[in-house]
Amino acid sequence: MTRLVQNAAGRLVPVEINGLTAVPFAGVGRHHPTGRRAGPLLRSCADYPADGDKTVESLKQALVNAGLQDGMTISTHHHLRNGDLVANLVFAAAAELGVKNLRWFPSASFPCHDGMIAHMENGVIHHIEGSLNGPLGDFCTDGRMRGMAVLRSHGGRWQAVQDGEVHIDIAVIAAPTADPFGNATGDRGPAACGLLGFALADSQFADHVIVVTDNLVPFPCVPWQIQGNNVDQVVVIDSIGDPAKIVSGSTQITKSPDRLLIAELTARFCDEAGIIRDGFSFQAGAGGTALSFGLFLRDIMRSRRIKARFVRGGSNQYLVDMLEEGLTDYILDGQTFDLAGVRSMRENPGHVNTSPFTSYNWHGKGNFASMLDAVVLGATEVDLGFNGNVVTHSDGRLLHGIGGWQNCLFSKCTILPIPSYRDRIPVIVDEVTTLCGPGELIDVIVTERGIAINPLRRDLTEALRDSSLPIRPLIDIKREVEDLCGGAAEKPRLGKRVVAAIKWVDGTVIDAVRQLEK
Amino acid sequence: MSRVGEAGKRDAGVRSDCWIGVELEDSGGIRISLQSKVADLYGRAIHAQLLEGCGALGVEHAVVTVVDMGALPYVLAARLEAAVRRAGHAPALPWLLPARAGLDRASERGRLRRSRLYLPGNEPKFFPNAALHGPDGLILDLEDSVAPAEKDAARALVRNALRAIDFQGAERMVRINQGVQGLADLEWVVPHGVQLVLIPKVEDPGQVVEVDRRIAELGRPGVSAPVVHLMPIIESALGAWRAYEIAKASSNVVGLAIGLEDYTADIGAQRTVAGAESFWARAQVLNGARAAGVQPIDTVFSDVGDEEGLRQSVVEAKSLGFVGKGCIHPRQIAIVHDAFAPTGDEIERAVRIVRAYEDAEARGLGVVSLGTKMIDAPVVKRALATVDLAVRMSRLDAEWREAPLPPFRAVRNVSGGAE
Repeated sequence: MTRLVQNAAGRLVPVEINGLTAVPFAGVGRHHPTGRRAGPLLRSCADYPADGDKTVESLKQALVNAGLQDGMTISTHHHLRNGDLVANLVFAAAAELGVKNLRWFPSASFPCHDGMIAHMENGVIHHIEGSLNGPLGDFCTDGRMRGMAVLRSHGGRWQAVQDGEVHIDIAVIAAPTADPFGNATGDRGPAACGLLGFALADSQFADHVIVVTDNLVPFPCVPWQIQGNNVDQVVVIDSIGDPAKIVSGSTQITKSPDRLLIAELTARFCDEAGIIRDGFSFQAGAGGTALSFGLFLRDIMRSRRIKARFVRGGSNQYLVDMLEEGLTDYILDGQTFDLAGVRSMRENPGHVNTSPFTSYNWHGKGNFASMLDAVVLGATEVDLGFNGNVVTHSDGRLLHGIGGWQNCLFSKCTILPIPSYRDRIPVIVDEVTTLCGPGELIDVIVTERGIAINPLRRDLTEALRDSSLPIRPLIDIKREVEDLCGGAAEKPRLGKRVVAAIKWVDGTVIDAVRQLEK
Repeated sequence: MSRVGEAGKRDAGVRSDCWIGVELEDSGGIRISLQSKVADLYGRAIHAQLLEGCGALGVEHAVVTVVDMGALPYVLAARLEAAVRRAGHAPALPWLLPARAGLDRASERGRLRRSRLYLPGNEPKFFPNAALHGPDGLILDLEDSVAPAEKDAARALVRNALRAIDFQGAERMVRINQGVQGLADLEWVVPHGVQLVLIPKVEDPGQVVEVDRRIAELGRPGVSAPVVHLMPIIESALGAWRAYEIAKASSNVVGLAIGLEDYTADIGAQRTVAGAESFWARAQVLNGARAAGVQPIDTVFSDVGDEEGLRQSVVEAKSLGFVGKGCIHPRQIAIVHDAFAPTGDEIERAVRIVRAYEDAEARGLGVVSLGTKMIDAPVVKRALATVDLAVRMSRLDAEWREAPLPPFRAVRNVSGGAE
C-alpha cells in the first residue's frame, strides 16, 4: 500500500505514484522547480529520407518501426473529441502485436474510448494518465485499473512532459491534413477539428512521433501546426475521425431557464464589478451555461459599445461572431469546438492559435491564463471554503477530466456559475469530495439562488455593496438547498486504496481519489 | 377493492421525479425495494421517509417499490400517497409535510399581478426554482396541463409543493378543474396556503359563488375568515357576455382573466396575431373587470421563442388597459414586467402633474394647472396611479418628492444592458 501524507491543503496524498516519487501539494505558488527541461533524443537527417517522404504503409508497421515494447508510454490527443478513431486503432494494433502494460497518456478521453476497458482487462494497457470519464471513470473508481490513474490539467500535462515527469515513448498525432514530411494541421480536411495544440508538447518531447492522417497533401502542408521536423513517420488511413462527433455536443446554448438565469446573473455580476470595460479579456468554457453567459456579455458590450482586447477559446460560433462583429480584437484559441471556429481559424488573422504552453504551463515564464480579467468555469461541487471539485461527483466516482480548469483559476476574477443542486444532490457541500482547486483562487460562485463572493475578495464585495443582485453568503445558499433536498447528503464509503492522483498545475499532488467500497 | 397501486414516472429521461408501486399485504410489515439515482447519497433518508409515510398513511403491511430519479422529499411523499390511495387504501388523515412559515398569510388584494407563470401540476421538476425567475404569481395547474388519469397524483403533488416550496414573494396560485372536480380540488389546496384560485371556463356567476362557498367551508386551520382570492377565467362567448356579473359574483374576486385559445374556438374563429377576432371579448372582459373594480388580466402569449412578439403583445395589452399577462416560460417574465412598466416619459409627465396638483392643493387653489394648461381631475387620478405603479415596479424612487427632476432610476432591460 502506498504511503499517504497530508499535504498543505490537508488532503492525504500518495508520496509514490506507479513507482515514481511524488511531491505533495505545498500551497499555491510554493513549489519551485529546479534543473532543466527534458529534451528529446538527438537525431540525424542521415536516418530520414532525403526526399522528405516519411510515409509508411500501416499504423501497425509504424509502431513496429518505432520500437514499441512492453511498458512504454503512448500518447494521443482529444482534438477529434468523441469522433476520434485513432487512439482505438493504436491500441488495437498494439494488442495484435502482443504488447503489454502500456501507459496510455491521452490529453483527454471521451466515450468513444470506452473500448480501452477491454485493453486494460487483457493487460495491453496498464493504466491511464489523463481524464477518466463515464465507464472509464467507473472502471478506475471501482479499483479495477492495475496502476494508479493520474489526472492533470492541460497546463499540467505540458509541465509534466517538459519537466521530464512523463516521458513519452511514442506520440501518435491524428492530423486532419498532413504532408509526407509530417507537417500537419487541423484547420482543414474531411475531419477538420481546428487546433492541434494539445499534441504540440508531444511532438517536441516524445522519443518517436507518428502523424496519422486521412488527408495527405503534397509537401508543404501550410500553414502547419505540427512541424514535420519533429515527426518520424506518417501513416495514411481511410478515416481518422467521424466529423459528426468531432463537433462537441456541449456547444449548444442552454434552454434551461435556470441555467439561463445563472448565465444572466454572471454577466450582470461582471458588469457591476467593473470587469466589462474597453480592452478587457475573458474566457468561458464550453458548457451551455458558459455559452449563454457569452451571449449576455455580448449584449452588454454592444449596448455600452465596449470592445475586448482578446477572448480565450475554446472557440465556437459565438466567439467567432464577436470577432467578426468587432467586439474583440483577437480570439486566442486553445481548442476549436465547431466548424465556425475552424473556418475562422483558417481565414481570420485575428483568430490566433495557442497551446497549453502559451496559455497554461505553470513551469514557464508566465502564461496567458493569469492575464485574463475574468474566467467562467464549471464545477461538480464547491465547499464553504470556496474549494472546487471537477473530477468526481459527490458519490466519489470519477466522471470528468480537469481540462484547463485549474490553469484558468489564476485569472483576475474566477467565477463558477453552477446550479445549487442537481436533481436532489446539493452542489455546495461542507468539504469537496475531491479537491481540484484551492478556494483562495475561486472568487465568485453564481447559483440560481444567489451569488456568493469569496470573503478574501473584499474589493469585489465593496464594488457590489449597493448592487440589486442577490449577493448572499455561501452558507445561506447551502442551507436553503439542504432544506429543499432533505438535509445534507451521506458521504460515499471510501476505501483505503488510492486509485487516482490529482495533480496541481505545478506537478505536486493536491488530492487522491479512493476506491469505492461496495 | 384493488390491492395494488402505482404513481409517478419512470420513463427514460425523467428527472427529479420517481415511480412508486405499492402492493398492500395482510402481514409482513413494510418491505421497501429502492432503486435510486441518488442511492449512495440519500438512500437511507429515502428509506426512512417511506417508512414514516407508510406509518402516517396507516399502511402497516406492504411491498413498496421505488424507482427514483432524484425526486425531492415532497415529491416522494406525494407519489407514495397517490400510490397508496390507488391501491385502494384511503388514509384516515393526509400525510402532511411540515409547512413553511407564512403559509397562512393572505396576499394583498391589489398587489401586482403583471405575470403569472403556469406550471404543469404533475411536473415536479419545474416547481422548486420557478419563483427565482421573479413572477408576480406562480400557478400550480391542476386543469389543462394534467392528464385526466393523473388528476389525483397532481393534487397530492400540488398540495405538498404549496407546503414545501418557497414562493419567494410570488403569489401562490392554483388553477382548479371545472365543475365538481374543481370543487374537490379545493380540499387539497385551500388549507395549504393557496392565496389565489383561478377558476377556468366560467360562464355563470354561480360557478364563482360555489367555489367561494366551498373555500369558506374549508377554511384555514386556526383562521376564522380565510381570504383566498379568486380569478375567474373567461374562455367562451357566454362567459364574455357575462363578464361583469362574473367579476361581481364575489367580493373575493380580485381579477378577471381571458383565455383566448378556447374563446376563439368557441366563437368559430381562428386565432390570429392581429387578434381582431378577440378584440370584442377582450374589451368586454376589460370593461367588466374595471366596472367591478377588479384587475383585468390578459391571456397567455404562447410562442416562447418570440421575445419581440411578446413585448409587442404586452405593450398592446397595456394600451388597452390590461394589467397582467399569462406566461408559460420563465424567460417571458422579465419581458412582461418590463413592457408593463410605465416608460420614462410617462413617469416624468405623471410626476409633474402630481407635483402641480399637490402644489395647488397646498396653496388652496381650486384649479390645477401645468404651464398654461389646466388639468382635469381624471388626469390627476391617472397620474397618481402611474406614479404609484412606477414606485412599486422600482422605476421611481419612493422618495421622489425629495428628489429634483428627473428622479428616475437607470432602468435595466432584460438583456442586462441599460436603456
